[in-house]
Amino acid sequence: MPKSIKFKTNWDYSPAPESTSHIRLKKKYELFINGKFILPIENKYFETINPANEEVIAEVALASKKDIDKAVQSAKNAYEKVWSKISPQEKGKYIFRIARMIQERAREFAVVESLNGGKPIRESRDIDIPLAANHFFYYAGWADKLKYAFPNKSPKSIGVCGQIIPWNFPLLMAAWKIAPALACGNTVVLKPAETTPLTAMLLAEIIQESELPDGVVNIVNGGGETGAEIVKHKNVDKIAFTGSTEVGKIIQTIIADTNKKLTLELGGKAAQIVFDDAPIDQAVEGIINGIFFNQGHVCCAGSRLYVQESIYEIFIRKLIDRMETLIVGNPLDKNTDIGAINSKPQLDKINYYLKIGQTEGAEIFQTNCAIPKKGYWCKPTLFLHTSQSHRIIQEEIFGPVLAVQTFRTIDEAIEKANNTPYGLSAGIWTDKGSKIFHLAKKLRAGVIWANTFNKFDPSSPFGGYKESGFGREGGIHGLTSYLNL
Amino acid sequence: MKFNILNQFAIDKIGVDERVARFSSRSIKSKSKVEGLKLALSMIDLTTLEGSDTIGKVRQLCFKAMHLHDAMANLPTVAAVCVYPAMVRYAKHELKNTNIKVASVATAFPSGQSSTKIIIEETKLAVGEGADEVDMVISRGKFLAGEYEFVSDEIKTIKDICGKIHLKVILETGELDSLDMIRHASILAMQSGADFIKTSTGKIQPASTMQFTLVMLEAIRDYFYSTGKIIGMKPAGGISNSKTALQYLVMLKETLGEDWMTPKLFRFGASRLANDILMQLVKEEKGNYQSLDYFSKD
Amino acid sequence: MKRLEVLKTYKLFINGEFPRTESGRYLQLKNKSGKLIANISSASRKDFRNSVVAARNAFDNWSNRTPFNRGQIIYRIAEMLEGRKSQFVEEIMSLGISKHTALKEIDNAIDFTIYIAGWCDKYQQIISSVNPVSTSHFNFSFAEPMGVVGIISDNNSPFGFLRLMLSVIAGGNCAIVVANEKYPNVAISFSEVLQTSDLPKGVVNILTAKKNELPQHIATHLDVNAIVIATNNDKELSEIKRSSSVNVKRVISVSETELNILSPDLILSTQEIKTTWHPIGI
Repeated sequence: MPKSIKFKTNWDYSPAPESTSHIRLKKKYELFINGKFILPIENKYFETINPANEEVIAEVALASKKDIDKAVQSAKNAYEKVWSKISPQEKGKYIFRIARMIQERAREFAVVESLNGGKPIRESRDIDIPLAANHFFYYAGWADKLKYAFPNKSPKSIGVCGQIIPWNFPLLMAAWKIAPALACGNTVVLKPAETTPLTAMLLAEIIQESELPDGVVNIVNGGGETGAEIVKHKNVDKIAFTGSTEVGKIIQTIIADTNKKLTLELGGKAAQIVFDDAPIDQAVEGIINGIFFNQGHVCCAGSRLYVQESIYEIFIRKLIDRMETLIVGNPLDKNTDIGAINSKPQLDKINYYLKIGQTEGAEIFQTNCAIPKKGYWCKPTLFLHTSQSHRIIQEEIFGPVLAVQTFRTIDEAIEKANNTPYGLSAGIWTDKGSKIFHLAKKLRAGVIWANTFNKFDPSSPFGGYKESGFGREGGIHGLTSYLNL
Repeated sequence: MKFNILNQFAIDKIGVDERVARFSSRSIKSKSKVEGLKLALSMIDLTTLEGSDTIGKVRQLCFKAMHLHDAMANLPTVAAVCVYPAMVRYAKHELKNTNIKVASVATAFPSGQSSTKIIIEETKLAVGEGADEVDMVISRGKFLAGEYEFVSDEIKTIKDICGKIHLKVILETGELDSLDMIRHASILAMQSGADFIKTSTGKIQPASTMQFTLVMLEAIRDYFYSTGKIIGMKPAGGISNSKTALQYLVMLKETLGEDWMTPKLFRFGASRLANDILMQLVKEEKGNYQSLDYFSKD
Repeated sequence: MKRLEVLKTYKLFINGEFPRTESGRYLQLKNKSGKLIANISSASRKDFRNSVVAARNAFDNWSNRTPFNRGQIIYRIAEMLEGRKSQFVEEIMSLGISKHTALKEIDNAIDFTIYIAGWCDKYQQIISSVNPVSTSHFNFSFAEPMGVVGIISDNNSPFGFLRLMLSVIAGGNCAIVVANEKYPNVAISFSEVLQTSDLPKGVVNILTAKKNELPQHIATHLDVNAIVIATNNDKELSEIKRSSSVNVKRVISVSETELNILSPDLILSTQEIKTTWHPIGI
């Protein structure tokens, strides 16, 4: 084979930093309870940093058991005395206001999201923030239309919802939780992830400015202990959790002898299947986005690749070509494709798996990109020649690491794709329509992307099979878990 | 026989749109902007292909090609001027002491609706008048009717006449039904002897788009991987401002890399682009927004 | 000396612009005591014909927008309406309605607009289906807009036309509205709201006219796909239905009571249903 393409060129992209001078961030954030920012009872705070340079951005109040009590009580009061008495259409109008205000402050949100979480500004600006605003818009419209979503039923709200969200899409996850909960007439106590509290705090400011009645949404910060207090609290009627399968199982056990409603959105190890009749260059792009979008910190990331053996060589070459053009670096640079890993523990976990993969005998490939000295970074990585029994094929790594295998027949691909306790998503790449529908029928996953990947829309239900969780977020189906039908 | 990617034409348009959007979201600033703009300038084929062209018009175009904006030092020249066969000798005369090439269209440009006999004669005329490069059109009618061998034979015939003179094959992407068809035509053209593949005549809408160009660049890459041959690419028409030109360069860099970032292998078929690039270069140097009044036309 | 007011000229709203009627005719709008409020354009069949051309030209673009985008635009109509509340209250009051009632009318109109905005990206979900056919096929049905819809408003409420029109365009159709003779000033001022709402030109066209002049031209126009008519008059309805048969035009009649209910029915009744089959299998 002739020599390869040289992606290192004399023409480099100069730094193109997003301006941060216009954002308004406080040095300290208190708990948002009952419509106000109040001091934590035990006067405990924790620091939140920028993972790209490890610098402290702000201090955030840590909610103790007593603070959670207060928050739940204010949510309960607001539910019984205020929110349930407001007409559905008026409820919708509050949610429309929140959506609009997010749009108006979109750039600020995007910058803070990248600063606090490490994701590239291009992603927070073009994907996270617009999707979050759109989610509020979509559900705002359902508030006064619930009877149409469930004909012959009289949908009723549940009460107080305890919601715990992860660090990979902080604002978007807050939107996915709060919007449907409010539209269905419930009130909320939300706990953002420990490493990414800031955009939720800005959202709390917007909630204040929207004049949403006090206590309808409460936002409290903390770690696993704070989350446990919310889950255990007797006045929380419904729990919504997005995070690791491990913690999801713990929550399921904790509330086993209660009547609390529960939805879980957990981990995944999605398979992407590429057939030899796929639109190949677009499939390459889809695989790249599937695993390197958001540094691979995505529950539905396409972290396993099954390529039909006949096109293996050319496909891997193109995959590597594309990886050579990915820029790892400062999340606030507009040209950055892969940002910082969210935290030191997460980086350690990824590196742990990189070691295991090599020990297990898979062939590792990483590009020769430059990475900054400070901060948490991982180069985009391929593991070639893996097999089903490798730990890097079975276990969720949650980083920019793709494990690759070949397959020969359709049935083999289906079997291998389903051979996992997870079932969140899957990708199918082929030009043949009937093959797409056949595979869509056979793959045991809650979201199937055909000739595309990582596509989200407020109207499109999202959620998993098996240990990836239960319940759906988005669309009409996303309403069911916030209603008593 | 091994799987041959040159037999694979399936393209997903939405996927192409998404890849193009990524190129367009690249932010090219300061030093890279100036370097990129100068590179783009050096890749322009300054073009006049009007029914109303005269010797005088062509002379003025050639002068502009040689003196883009004398007020600014260290500017590259454009790569070539592109004219009808009847104007080749006059362009050659004006440009005789420069490195600027004279490209001539041929083969019943722009429609391609003529007999093989006539397009052969026209090519011989262009070559005889001294053209350094020939831009031919394919027979879109024949291609859409599935007569691929006919189209291939025409290209081979014209290439034979050109000999060492480099041949660009215009696909007229705006008339080809789908991206799949553009890939097919690209591969067919390269297999038939094209030195460059070119998007369009610039005479119909749409002319060049980033989507068409991306599909063709990826076809060139596959051809290179399969055969080792290095083919050039020219998007023509529809690239009227610097921002767009820089996005094309991003696309070129991230698809074909360093070896193709040269006027030897990449050209812009454009007329208004040059002045827009000059305005941007002066703005980068001086710091204030410019006006077309300060840059010579033609 | 009291400052002299600049009186507004009420023209038609066609293709995003405000032309006068090509016929040059006018209707006099007078208040309860007989004083002239305004000379309103009296639209002709040619104005109607031009509106159909505008609506047809706008249809491709409007129907291909994402439902979310249509919802955003209709929400903006509500924002603009809210901002101009006092103007509308004044115009309605000038026709002898009490301030209390006028306020109620405009508040209901704004809230209705928001209601419909919220349906744009949802009605598809309550009417579409994946059909469980007995062969190995993926079979799905979904709604598509009919095209160009003529709307004949009721004669009783200032904003009745708005309710009809918003439902029709929420589903991706383009509309020509014949405003009612009683409140033509409200209809034309509303056109100003449309113009500032990011609504593409031609999607909605509003004609003020003598009540009985245009309906037959609408019913017989071959390039109009459907008529929505708000009426309690059986004779009027029969005539429309009879004339509409010329191109199997869909006729959707809306009663007065229906006008005041919040529901997606009129969005759904101006949609076609398309069913597609595709094999499942290797």
